[in-house]
Amino acid sequence: MANSSGKKKKGAVLVVGAGVAGMQASLDLASSGYLVHLVDKSPTIGGIMSQLDKTFPTNDCAMCIISPKLVEVGRHLNINILPNTEVEGLEGEAGNFQVALKSHPRYIDLKACTACGQCRQVCPVTAVNEFNQALDLREATYMRYPQAIPRGFTIDRNVCIGCGLCEKVCLAEAVHYDDTAKEFSLDVGAVILAPGNEIFDPSKFDTYNYLNLPNVVTSLEFERILSASGPYRGHLMRPYDREEPAKIAWLQCVGSRNINACDNSYCSAVCCMYAIKEAVIAKEHAHGNLDTAIFYMDMRTYGKEFEQYYNRAKEHGVRFIRSRIHSIEPEGECDLRLTYADEQGQQKSEVFDMVVLSVGFEVGKETVELGKRLNIDLNRHKFAVTDGFKPVETSRPGVYVCGTLQGPKDIPQSVMEASGAAAGTSALLSESRWTETRSLQLPPQRDVSKEPPRIGVFVCNCGINIGGIVDVPAVREYARTLPYVVHVEDNLFTCSQDTQVRMGQVIKEKGINRMVVAACTPLTHEPLFRETLLDIGLNKYLFEMANIRNQDSWVHMKDRQKATDKAKDLVRMSVARAALLQQLEEQKIQIQQSGLVIGGGIAGMNAALNLAQQGFSAILVEKGTELGGLARCVTHTIDGMEVQPYVDSLIAEVKAHPGIKVLTESEVTSFKGYKGNFTTKVRVGSSLEEETFEHGVVIVATGAKEYRPKEFLYGEHDGVMTQMDLDEVLRQRGAGNGNDPAKWNRAIMIQCVGSRNEENPNCSRICCQSAVKHALELKKLNPAMDIVILYRDMRMYGLLEDYYTEARRQGIIFSRFDLDDLPKVESNGAGLKVTFHDHVLQRHIQMPADAVVLSAATLAANTDQLATQLKVPRNAYGFFIEAHAKLRPVDFSSEGIYLCGTAHSPKLISESITQSLAAASRAGSFLAGKTLSVGGAVAHVDKSHCAACLVCVMSCPYGVPKINDENVSEINPALCQGCGVCVSECPAKAIQLSHFEDDQITVEVHALLEGAV
Amino acid sequence: MNEVFEPKMLAFLCNWCAYAGADLAGVSRFQYPPTIRVIRTMCSGRVDPLYVIEGLKDGFDQVSVFG
Repeated sequence: MANSSGKKKKGAVLVVGAGVAGMQASLDLASSGYLVHLVDKSPTIGGIMSQLDKTFPTNDCAMCIISPKLVEVGRHLNINILPNTEVEGLEGEAGNFQVALKSHPRYIDLKACTACGQCRQVCPVTAVNEFNQALDLREATYMRYPQAIPRGFTIDRNVCIGCGLCEKVCLAEAVHYDDTAKEFSLDVGAVILAPGNEIFDPSKFDTYNYLNLPNVVTSLEFERILSASGPYRGHLMRPYDREEPAKIAWLQCVGSRNINACDNSYCSAVCCMYAIKEAVIAKEHAHGNLDTAIFYMDMRTYGKEFEQYYNRAKEHGVRFIRSRIHSIEPEGECDLRLTYADEQGQQKSEVFDMVVLSVGFEVGKETVELGKRLNIDLNRHKFAVTDGFKPVETSRPGVYVCGTLQGPKDIPQSVMEASGAAAGTSALLSESRWTETRSLQLPPQRDVSKEPPRIGVFVCNCGINIGGIVDVPAVREYARTLPYVVHVEDNLFTCSQDTQVRMGQVIKEKGINRMVVAACTPLTHEPLFRETLLDIGLNKYLFEMANIRNQDSWVHMKDRQKATDKAKDLVRMSVARAALLQQLEEQKIQIQQSGLVIGGGIAGMNAALNLAQQGFSAILVEKGTELGGLARCVTHTIDGMEVQPYVDSLIAEVKAHPGIKVLTESEVTSFKGYKGNFTTKVRVGSSLEEETFEHGVVIVATGAKEYRPKEFLYGEHDGVMTQMDLDEVLRQRGAGNGNDPAKWNRAIMIQCVGSRNEENPNCSRICCQSAVKHALELKKLNPAMDIVILYRDMRMYGLLEDYYTEARRQGIIFSRFDLDDLPKVESNGAGLKVTFHDHVLQRHIQMPADAVVLSAATLAANTDQLATQLKVPRNAYGFFIEAHAKLRPVDFSSEGIYLCGTAHSPKLISESITQSLAAASRAGSFLAGKTLSVGGAVAHVDKSHCAACLVCVMSCPYGVPKINDENVSEINPALCQGCGVCVSECPAKAIQLSHFEDDQITVEVHALLEGAV
Repeated sequence: MNEVFEPKMLAFLCNWCAYAGADLAGVSRFQYPPTIRVIRTMCSGRVDPLYVIEGLKDGFDQVSVFG
């Protein structure tokens, strides 16, 4: 299918912004068979997440979880990273765009730079370090952070004095002061916008004195303060006197939910959670009993398992005070006084050592300009306009959006949207998949298994990083004396392109069949040297690395002799191990080009449809008689989108698509296999007939249900109903039937029915907006109607806040109650009366009502059988558990199985659609590979020694070993992760891990001390 | 016994966490005594108790596993 101009679509994509969203979109698309140009205006990728200390709700270290992604993006053959680059213009149409780009000079050639850091060491200039939020200084020649990708330095010419020192010391000749800006253009089929947001600048609020009081910091500054790689090395200190604070306050909604001092009426959606996290982590860092207080309006912990995080923080002693602070006054030399009215209306005053401003998100000016240049519509808050049913599409066809430009959101939501945007792109460009991608053409491998070891040792100087400390010639000459060594040399930079080529020649000429490189670390450089071997037709496992930089010259700078001795030990160890290395074969297995989608609601249908649009076939299994799911109970969304016509058209599209097989009244009866090759039996229809399907992936979209309340006279009085019931009543009224809500004088809604209590501690996320949506609708029907919403926290997160504001403007009354003083609903004959405690009047109030509407919880569907069949985990409340709450929100930890919709946690229709597209993208990027490489460094069982004792079965963290029909353990190489736990545990020594066999490790132990003892 | 005792130490490091941490110590130029020797494994669970015995038998004064 070509577009209107008749041209074939381009198989390349431009991704603008390389934060966590842009990186995820790039990885999905590059693995799906598209060439990705990833543009960022910064010298490095990683975005704002790289600046965070920990992440909620798992308290994982942000850098620890993002850095593997950085490396993956940096290494991917089909991701072309364009740092220091901005988009100037976009011409053309979906499928065939021409992008004009401008790269700003970096003054350091990334191709030549080895990131050795000599240039930084000699730079005499100090400048404000933006990465650490100006809390410390950096040089003019710098790397934004140590793990930065691309791995290379940059010169900040705004502060550089041009002294020429860095140019002089750079032995790689990478410094070019005469570097200039470059303008160029690219042809792409689609564009994904992920430029992110800026954080709100609190200096606009003069009552907070942010600029004048050093101990008033923003939340991002506080993240850097807590970070182990931050300005204070992770020691909790306040900026003024570097003393550890004993009392810290957080002020919420700074630059959010505010139309007085700024224009940001929306909620920034993340600040409640990060404030709680910062308070909890700060308490962990503190030496004494740190007092933490969070001043807030509504505590919006609406995400998956966020409410429990909030509850735990309360248990940890974090104080939560419902009050908006007007001003921060200086107290004494550097303390801070907060004056506030508590909930009882009493004036209080407290002194803190430090105040953190929980600043919100804001679309930056540059992003607004970018939006204009790209000709996409932005809404009144300057976020990209999207349709609720097409949440990742901008107003310009072929231009997708993800992350915080789409609206304020947290990391998992950004990651889902990124994959969702990739799914949209992949469906649009599927005809051009693999047309522009690069692939490695490798020569056939030489079999060296019969040859005695012939080892070549290459010792790296790394400029002067190693050579300046370790006596490299001495190490080189020492290596010459070791067994099996036939060649030694030292290089200025072993990793440079020209050295690689020369090494390849030497290896061929001298018949070398094992390579040892003594240089930096295998974590960054092993893949590169393995490629060198592959390029000349040697097996990549015939390589070993001695880490004489990161773990030697850099950490023993004051003792050159001992550092040299250690380098010799490490080289001896590597040579001994290299002599025992064996070439390992990897097999390719085919991936079945189809997916099984379980659940035929909005999420399942979107996932199946997108898979089919990507060119894969899909089998959609629905338990009920009809497709549509829970969405059949929703008339319209809060932003007025009609749901039923949408569901009807979606069903029609799914049924009409030749790539989708729809099975209703069907259930999975058995499931086996592994990623790429699953076999599932499905009982179809009311008969007992079973159909068998072979498929490569599974997407779970089994949905959720509304809680049927046992409280508040539900089911006993006709006037008591749930929000979903009310939806039905309103729809029937449209059809002229039944109870007419327009005649009601008063409706009272009760929030959190079946949520946030002992039985179910989760927040159901969607009920606050359901209540406001229906309240506004009732007001429209009968403007004279009294509507009271009894709530605990109004969680109108993100842009939903505007509807909350509108509801209050229309006179809808919001009254807050506590869990220990619940409202009472009593029957009053035909009518009802509700008694509740009003937080403003501080007394109980009784009101008659025509209807009481309960915002009932969203509960997980019953998936006991399916979870057992698929062997995928669920939490205590029946929702499925994703592989990682932050960065793998739609993957299960078992590969090839994905998750979306309300089966994951309660969410809005637009969020379900996003997540279903994300699941389809993840599934599609796996299927697109067509084959899977298995084997290599994996565990294998010697059948003759296995006693089927089950130790391996029980010890494997991935559940891979199985006792097979021959009654011995079998380890599927496609599933084995190569950790080797089973190998150490096996009492019969029946299992070995290739590449890490017992003798290959013990030889290292022995070799280490040979020289020293 | 005028010489200061310098223990010979052997450490097994998990590739994904402890080894990466040791690399980062280098990036941060943290200085520590040059008496420790590191063997990388794909998981600290790969360290067979026998390796610990072998290390001690060979003459290491201490063997540790980080993961």
